[in-house]
Amino acid sequence: MSLGVPTAMQHGLQSCEGCGLLSRPAAGAEEGLCPRCDGELTFRKRDSLQRTWAYLIAAAVCYIPANVLPVLTTTTAAGSESDTILQGVVLLWSPTGWPLSLIVLFASIMIPSAKILALGYLLVTVQRGSVENNEQRIRLYRLVELIGRWSMVDVFVGAFTAALVQLQPLMSVSPAPGLFFFAAVVVLTMLAAESFDPRLIWDAASVREVRHG
Amino acid sequence: MADSNPPLPEVPESRVRSKKRTRLSLVWIIPIVAAIIGAWVAVARILAEGPKITIVFKSAEGLEAGKTKIEYNGVEIGEVTAIRLSDDHQNVIATAQMAPKTDSFLVDDTHFWVVRPRISGANVSGLGTLISGAYIGMEIGTSRRAERDFVALQTPPVVAADVPGRYFILKTPNLGSLDDGTPVFFRRLQVGQVTSYDLDKDGRSLNVKVFVKAPYDQYVTPDTRFWHASGVDMELSARGLSVHTESVLSILVGGVAFETAVSDPILPPAEANTVFTLFSNRDEAFKPAARDPQTFVLVFKQSVRGLKPGAPVEFRGIEIGEVESISAQIDANTFEFSAPVTIHLDAQRLGVKVQELAPGADFAALRRKLIDSLVAHGVRAQLQTGNLLTGALFVSFDFFPDAPPATVDWSQKPVLLPTAPGKLEALEASVTGIIKKLDQVPYKAIGDDVQKALVELDLTLVSARGALDSGRGTLDNANKMIEPNSALAADLGNTLQEVTRAARSVRVLADYLERHPEALIRGKTGEAK
Repeated sequence: MSLGVPTAMQHGLQSCEGCGLLSRPAAGAEEGLCPRCDGELTFRKRDSLQRTWAYLIAAAVCYIPANVLPVLTTTTAAGSESDTILQGVVLLWSPTGWPLSLIVLFASIMIPSAKILALGYLLVTVQRGSVENNEQRIRLYRLVELIGRWSMVDVFVGAFTAALVQLQPLMSVSPAPGLFFFAAVVVLTMLAAESFDPRLIWDAASVREVRHG
Repeated sequence: MADSNPPLPEVPESRVRSKKRTRLSLVWIIPIVAAIIGAWVAVARILAEGPKITIVFKSAEGLEAGKTKIEYNGVEIGEVTAIRLSDDHQNVIATAQMAPKTDSFLVDDTHFWVVRPRISGANVSGLGTLISGAYIGMEIGTSRRAERDFVALQTPPVVAADVPGRYFILKTPNLGSLDDGTPVFFRRLQVGQVTSYDLDKDGRSLNVKVFVKAPYDQYVTPDTRFWHASGVDMELSARGLSVHTESVLSILVGGVAFETAVSDPILPPAEANTVFTLFSNRDEAFKPAARDPQTFVLVFKQSVRGLKPGAPVEFRGIEIGEVESISAQIDANTFEFSAPVTIHLDAQRLGVKVQELAPGADFAALRRKLIDSLVAHGVRAQLQTGNLLTGALFVSFDFFPDAPPATVDWSQKPVLLPTAPGKLEALEASVTGIIKKLDQVPYKAIGDDVQKALVELDLTLVSARGALDSGRGTLDNANKMIEPNSALAADLGNTLQEVTRAARSVRVLADYLERHPEALIRGKTGEAK
């Protein structure tokens, strides 16, 4: 992938995200509909940076209560106990249970925060028109997109546990507010990743090329 | 194809869709909403945050940060968030996060304590904590002054503060089997509990604090007597064996009982924290208190073994006082041993009627006159056995008309009262007399006489035997004579045969004569044969 590759936008062409058809926008219009699949055509995703920023900020906001508030309330004969994610990690940490503890630590705390940081980094670099590390940035973006769909696992585990562990007099598990915020973080980071247009990474380079070339 | 024609002039143009571009995307609503929700949750959390308090414990046993709850009447209203040692390492300071709106509970007389399983004779509590772990119980105070730093109680309060009733203080020389939670009985009904006890400042007695629940507390009047109802009170008396207990519970764990004497006037209920004496048993509790005790000395010349301080002094069976002390003295001249016994006489008990008769009279003079006349009439003190099994003695005053005359010397201090030898002593003397008389009986002479008489009797019996033997020979001879094969019998048989024959001949003659009467005259003829 060299910087020298011309982009469709440089040639005044738009590619359809649905069917991949390359088309030229109608005269005087920047946007249009794909002649083949009627999909929306733009040079770049509309308000990509703005929307990504919005989703990302929303995710970051939700990330705080997701970690501060308890995610599950366990009610046993001995009383009820609410645990946050971090408390769960500590709870699971034992000579035999530490791998599980690490999985929870990675999946529930490190990955969401890494996603938020990664998207933030991509947004900042794109906005600053950085031309460095393009390849690494696109890898980072792909990683974020790949992980996104798996992040929901935590929420599902919580939901399943709450649904299955209902041994009423002895023990029951119910979701606590933290779980909803955690789900919101996952959904919002996925939306942010989705609304980010990776083509913007090279636009700066091509702009610079155009300018210098 | 596209590669060979980079400009692609034949690429179709998209259709135009007119649309106004908004500068600010609507998507910003999402972070705003998220921020609002987040802020709302945060505010709610902060508002829901109750006060933080610290509780000082002696030990953090059973406490766990983040786990141990603070409960009031079973409702969870707080949680221990941190436990640390105090700066002097003597105590444990637990920080607890209370539920919101609990500020009104946190006043300076609110108490906290750790609820652990407790089994103390009368009650079992906190069993739930075996499963759930210890929790912190609390009792809400009545003060208005807010407080955030508390010192935990070592043991849970026995009676919750909101139970109506009153506390009373009982003074007792020893605790017996009392403990926190020991039941208090009124007419065998459990109406309260011992809540605490502590040693008096001078160390001479214990102050036991008891709680009597409403409405039973109104039966505690200034005249009420409290006593140890611990265990079984067995009494062996002339009426037989009587066993007194308050309840099975009190046998096991002890107890305190109270009652107001029926004879006492009905008084208003006693004030809270009134001090009462805790008697050792019911009899002692209702024993009339000596109001005007007089000290006298009785000198006994006999053994006072079995007489103990506190033994009763009776006048013809009525208790009028008790023995205070017993000592010993030896006369330096005669070396005669005697035991002076100091007694307290409650003249009130003896002289009630006299006082009633003469109100306003000089009681002391009256008493002297009374005692003088009693002594003149032969009243003496005597040691008597109260209990045959234990040999316990008591002092009995009774009339001894035969006693040598005596007078009371009122100038002495204390006054000496005349005594008479004890009943046992008198009995001993008479028994000795009987034994002496028995000793003088001439047992040997009596024995010799008896022996002589026996020898003579023997001889008499021998001659009697000879007489009997000859009698027997006579009877034998007679017997032989009448035996079937004896000569006499044979002779008798022959004789009888002869007689039979003679009788037959006579009959033949008679027949012949009937047929031939003439034969009598003519004699027998030849044809007649």
